[in-house]
Amino acid sequence: MSATTPFALLANATSLPWAEVPAWPVADFIRATAAELARGARLCSLFGVAEGEAVLLVAVIAFDTDSTLAVGRSGPFSGGFPSLTVSHPQAHLFEREVWEQHGLTPEGHPWLKPVRRSAGNAPANGEFFRVGGGEIHEVAVGPVHAGIIEPGHFRFQCAGEEVLHLEIALGYQHRGIEEALDGGPYRTTLIQMETIAGDSSIAHATAYASLMEALADSEAPLHAQWLRAVALELERLANHTGDLGALAGDVAFLPTASACGKLRGDFLNLTALLCGNRFGRGLVRPGGCRHDLETALAAEVLEKLRPALTDTAQAVAWMWDSASLRSRFEGVGTVFAAQAGEIGLVGPAARACGLVRDVRYDHPAGWHRFAQAPVTVWPGGDVFARARVRSLEIQRSGEYLCEQLKAPPAGEVCGELAPPAPDTLAVALVEGWRGEVCHVVLTDSNGRFRRYKITDPSFHNWSGLALSLRGTAISDFPICNKSFNLSYCGFDL
Amino acid sequence: MNSILDLILRLDCWLLLAPLLPGIINKVKAWVAGRRGPPVLQLYYDLARLWKKGVVMSTLASPAFVMLPAVTWVALLGAAMLMPLGPLGAGLSFRGDALLLLYLLALARFCTAWAAMETGSAFEGMGTVREVSYAVLAEAALIAAVLSLSVQSGSISLAAMLGPPIGASAVLLAAGLFIVLLAENCRVPFDDPNTHLELTMIHEAMILDHSGPPLAAILHGASMKLLLFAVLLVQAVLPMGQLKPWLAAVVLAAGVLGVTVAVGLVESLLARFAFRRVPLLLTTAFLLCLFALLVAWKGGLQ
Repeated sequence: MSATTPFALLANATSLPWAEVPAWPVADFIRATAAELARGARLCSLFGVAEGEAVLLVAVIAFDTDSTLAVGRSGPFSGGFPSLTVSHPQAHLFEREVWEQHGLTPEGHPWLKPVRRSAGNAPANGEFFRVGGGEIHEVAVGPVHAGIIEPGHFRFQCAGEEVLHLEIALGYQHRGIEEALDGGPYRTTLIQMETIAGDSSIAHATAYASLMEALADSEAPLHAQWLRAVALELERLANHTGDLGALAGDVAFLPTASACGKLRGDFLNLTALLCGNRFGRGLVRPGGCRHDLETALAAEVLEKLRPALTDTAQAVAWMWDSASLRSRFEGVGTVFAAQAGEIGLVGPAARACGLVRDVRYDHPAGWHRFAQAPVTVWPGGDVFARARVRSLEIQRSGEYLCEQLKAPPAGEVCGELAPPAPDTLAVALVEGWRGEVCHVVLTDSNGRFRRYKITDPSFHNWSGLALSLRGTAISDFPICNKSFNLSYCGFDL
Repeated sequence: MNSILDLILRLDCWLLLAPLLPGIINKVKAWVAGRRGPPVLQLYYDLARLWKKGVVMSTLASPAFVMLPAVTWVALLGAAMLMPLGPLGAGLSFRGDALLLLYLLALARFCTAWAAMETGSAFEGMGTVREVSYAVLAEAALIAAVLSLSVQSGSISLAAMLGPPIGASAVLLAAGLFIVLLAENCRVPFDDPNTHLELTMIHEAMILDHSGPPLAAILHGASMKLLLFAVLLVQAVLPMGQLKPWLAAVVLAAGVLGVTVAVGLVESLLARFAFRRVPLLLTTAFLLCLFALLVAWKGGLQ
């Protein structure tokens, strides 16, 4: 279906001269984007680019079945534009963001309020949606929580134990990453990329490095691509294992909770063997990787990986064998497949609704063009399905790693990189453990960053969490939340 | 002189030994999980720490916010004084003390619930609602258990009720009272005493705003309540009336330890129930105690 699109096509982790991106007047641009989304394309990113006093909108969409991305833009304008959200709810946060960042009003947007900031830089705690009636009570949770987690505000409208509506207000951790990147790349840029969401350091750093390589019209050496893929799967293993343990802990099922807490550390330590940092900081750099994984070390990683995988399989099996635990997960926090498609869920949350959606498979780049792990899908959309998808991904990532570590490709680990091309747009998608990490960059006439747009998977998925709570008992919020385990700072940027 | 000694010994038993139970439960849980776990005496350290702290008062709360935990604690201690301790007998015993015991437990719950609603927080309101709704079922089971003991022994004095062997209904009563013990003391599968998640708490949510000495009183009161139920369970099921005093003391201590370890094992191996399934389990406990009552009643007719 991408063959007939008026949008400019490009593959994942490639670039395109800015002049080749088709432009329409804004109303036509919105209509064209809506038409593509109606044909089954998916909105990866929608953002504004300042041009003088005016602003133009850029949309990056993905045709998953065709393994291709497409870009289009509007002409510069100011004031308002017809809202895309009305027909395609997956655009709702993007349009609120455009309104907040550039003052362009999406006309007809049903729930226009700040995403990260309100007047005076306070987090976006404005008006909340309220359910009327004497039986209804409102519960406010956060931004300070009882555990050591990130800050976010949750507003529940409840009838007794049942949640009728949940609204989530974030922005407490807004650090201004995108603004800081204007005019880049700087020496600190890579470090900032690794801290967009600390648990997805490899994914974000890989996306950034791929962009820089695309802008230089080159590629990292094969050995480096392989190493990035290995590190990405280790990141996935550590986080999925930790989350399954935390899910068990939330329903007071101690065997899995205790075991997974320890095993997560084992996987993090394997990442530390790769680069000296448990979260993979300082491994990926534009042009390749900073550390090499020699054959002897790869053998050591493999040797330590195998028992950790066996133990994880055992700990997860305890969980599935326990009737008391399964009864807590099944049928709780359901997001229906149709809803998931409409709000544009990504990652394990989407795959747990039966959607086949995995960047490693749909838009392979880097090492994933040569070696892929099968996509893990489970129907149902409830907490059980999300936990199940994660446990299956642990298996498959493990098998993938065992296979890859046996046969590392030879060659250099880092190459020279040419300076970024001027007036060029590049897009990189990476399947982090939480889902699709999307980085888009546009360079100016000097080859510096004119606009750098980051979309963390959490940006798509927070709406999914809010939907999953509808009709669910409020006491089940923690397990719903943990089954998504979204990033606050990745959203807040 | 003798009665003063007896009183001191009894108070020592309840006040000093009670905080040991949560420590043992946590050790069992840690052992099953392969961890080292907190020290057995952790609750004593916590109580000492809390006792030295000041009290943070909400501007919305009345002085009752501080007084009610004290009333709760006194009510629980009073209930403990009524409970016979094997060979020691009860500190205070009269006809109908079983009824007073039930009412003192209800009073303690009422005061905790009232104190929870003092600050007007949504969490504490939710916790109170949950606690009180489950209490309706748990109390029914407890009353059925006390009734069956009463029918069995033909008395409404605890000392007489808990002495003689109760025969076939012992198994039913043991199962029913153990479930009541878990529910009344907010243990898994009803509540998770270790959780930090405000939205899933029952008892913990009710005491979120308490601090300092009142919180210490609440925590100590909770451990006394746990000991009280463990002692009740052991004495209701194991006939200790005919044993030699020292042997009865050993059996009681071993029984309480066994119950505590069992609570720890349940917490280690079972996930928490969803709230909507809790009434099912509590109704089961009620039915078990009711059948114990029927067995006691019919057995008495023969």
